[in-house]
Amino acid sequence: MTVLVVVEHDRGTLSPATLEALAAARTIDPVVHALTLGSAADILAGELAAHGAAVVHQVHHDLLSDFGPEAWGESVAQAVRALQPDSVLACGTDRGNEVLAQAAARLDLPFVANVISVDVADVWRVTRVRWGGSLLEACTLTAPTKLLTVSHHAFEASESPAAGTTASVTVDLDPVLARTVVAERVEREAGVTLATAPLVVGGGRAVGSAEAFAPLEELAGLLGGVVGCSRAVTNNGWRNHTDQVGQTGTRIAPDLYMACGISGAIQHWVGAMASKKILAINTDPEANMVTKADYAVIGDLHKVVPAITAEIRRRRG
Amino acid sequence: MRVLVCVKRVPAPGARINITPDGLAVDTAYLAFTTSPHEECAVEEAVQLVERHGGESTVLTLGPAEADEQLRYAASIGVNKAVLLPIDSAEWDPQRTATAITTAIRTLEAADGPFDVILFGNESADAGNFQVGVRVAHALARPIVNGIKGIEVDGDSLKARRESDAGVEVYALTMPVVLGVKEGINLPRYPTLKGRLGSKKIEVGQVVPEAVLGGQQMVSLVQSAEQVSQTIMLGNGPEAAPAVVDLLEELGILK
Ligand SMILES: Cc1cc2nc3c(=O)[nH]c(=O)nc-3n(C[C@H](O)[C@H](O)[C@H](O)COP(=O)(O)OP(=O)(O)OC[C@H]3O[C@@H](n4cnc5c(N)ncnc54)[C@H](O)[C@@H]3O)c2cc1C
Ligand SMILES: Cc1cc2nc3c(=O)[nH]c(=O)nc-3n(C[C@H](O)[C@H](O)[C@H](O)COP(=O)(O)OP(=O)(O)OC[C@H]3O[C@@H](n4cnc5c(N)ncnc54)[C@H](O)[C@@H]3O)c2cc1C
Repeated sequence: MTVLVVVEHDRGTLSPATLEALAAARTIDPVVHALTLGSAADILAGELAAHGAAVVHQVHHDLLSDFGPEAWGESVAQAVRALQPDSVLACGTDRGNEVLAQAAARLDLPFVANVISVDVADVWRVTRVRWGGSLLEACTLTAPTKLLTVSHHAFEASESPAAGTTASVTVDLDPVLARTVVAERVEREAGVTLATAPLVVGGGRAVGSAEAFAPLEELAGLLGGVVGCSRAVTNNGWRNHTDQVGQTGTRIAPDLYMACGISGAIQHWVGAMASKKILAINTDPEANMVTKADYAVIGDLHKVVPAITAEIRRRRG
Repeated sequence: MRVLVCVKRVPAPGARINITPDGLAVDTAYLAFTTSPHEECAVEEAVQLVERHGGESTVLTLGPAEADEQLRYAASIGVNKAVLLPIDSAEWDPQRTATAITTAIRTLEAADGPFDVILFGNESADAGNFQVGVRVAHALARPIVNGIKGIEVDGDSLKARRESDAGVEVYALTMPVVLGVKEGINLPRYPTLKGRLGSKKIEVGQVVPEAVLGGQQMVSLVQSAEQVSQTIMLGNGPEAAPAVVDLLEELGILK
């Protein structure tokens, strides 16, 4: 067997990034094997087959009834020892990176995170992202089994029907690994989140205070969107970090991002660049946000934002 | 409680990241240096843990002599001790980095006793290999959970929270533990004048790192394709509002 994809799921709900990992795996070898952890994931076999999994290896164990980085990483390590794949792919998500790092530590193998392309040769040449996506690194990878995660959005998920024969892999997990299995969960309230909102009104340092975000809130509310911000804002304690857009905050992908008084530093930009359209509102026509945006208004956000709100109300009558 | 926090010196680029002509490094000629925001928060968390539960905090970095700056910054906000693992070549891959840090931790623990909590950033700001902390924890046979945005200590045990797509996950751990921390766990303080002055005086310990190359080796850095867009100017000041609302209608955002 040459390529094995570790399926990411949350108690049986498939992470869509897994389908991208399957697409990436098919560029390495057309015959792709998948690995699911925990019996809750058994129901995923059909969908994995539709996306190219020739064989779905299933692992069942009491310690896999919920997520646990050590139990998952150890299971992957044991599956690698049993199945001897040439390479193992997972999603470049928080969980995917954590689980492959765990497996790599246990197998004492290198692990390359957030890969965007693979050149298979005697010594593999791999391109991966640095700085949250603003810089690429070409590196060589030498290992009996290559462990990689696939950067989100680098490969497009696509159907490619395969047999999806199920097989079972037995693992022997030390009960001590229960120590890092999720102990409690608090489910998120339903509603639009920063990551999924169709419109984000972002505010930067120029907004000036926590209270001064009220007009941005009002505009976002009128349009069914949410407010985001830059790190200058969270550092000043004006808004919670959950609102921060960027490399160490949230990646957003709205239909429109209205960036108000944000300079567009590279670490902010990488979190905003997946937006379909960007409108910058800034006093400085040379600001990076303005030159990179699709649309811009040059002016004081404290005057422009309320004027937009007023114009919307006027048209709605 | 004994707390260790591991940080990495990285450049702080502005609007663009430039690469040196040989393609092997970020051009830092005009750049300041910092640590990842995740690590800034890890440092703040180390200080807060000691403020709340007593004990002592230590900051550690593997890096060039100049990384002294990042160690002293940590000291200026309240970390008690600092350790540098000096390297002169830039070629430390994540396996090698982790081995060197593990060895240093063993040395420090043999001298002064075990660390109850070891904090890492979730990933470094520059390389972002997402693995150094996990490898160190595994080598030390200690539990690790990444992405932590809340820590609550109760005696020997500790609850660690992290966010997921579905909500919040809580992990119940017994010390000693290793945690990968994310920005947002706290709001890091700024150093006081007294803190700054004090940090100049602390002694920076050294542990000379030794570790063999890992299987991932960088060949070159490449600029990612820059998004070039012709910015359409919608106007100046509040008079641009009608043009903005026309755009909202055109994009189907205002129905
Ligand atoms: C490793 C690392 C990770 C980071 N991660 C993030 C991250 O995740 N997210 C993030 O945002 N940052 C991040 N940063 C910080 C980032 O580098 C910038 O410091 C930050 O984004 C700047 O925020 P800002 O644009 O609000 O402020 P500034 O850069 O100060 O920009 C303010 C802008 O407002 C404009 N302006 C001033 N007055 C007005 C007015 N009245 N009306 C309209 N415009 C006005 C100015 O022209 C300027 O363009 C990170 C930094 C590092 C080193
Ligand atoms: C100044 C400098 C220049 C470098 N230049 C290159 C280069 O040009 N090419 C190359 O291939 N490699 C280079 N390296 C090594 C490489 O960038 C990483 O340090 C190494 O691969 C570790 O991976 P990471 O930083 O992505 O760790 P991650 O696994 O993403 O880091 C997780 C956490 O581990 C801790 N950590 C990581 N590194 C250190 C450290 N050095 N000291 C203390 N704690 C740490 C931090 O808490 C961090 O948040 C350089 C390292 C340094 C210090």
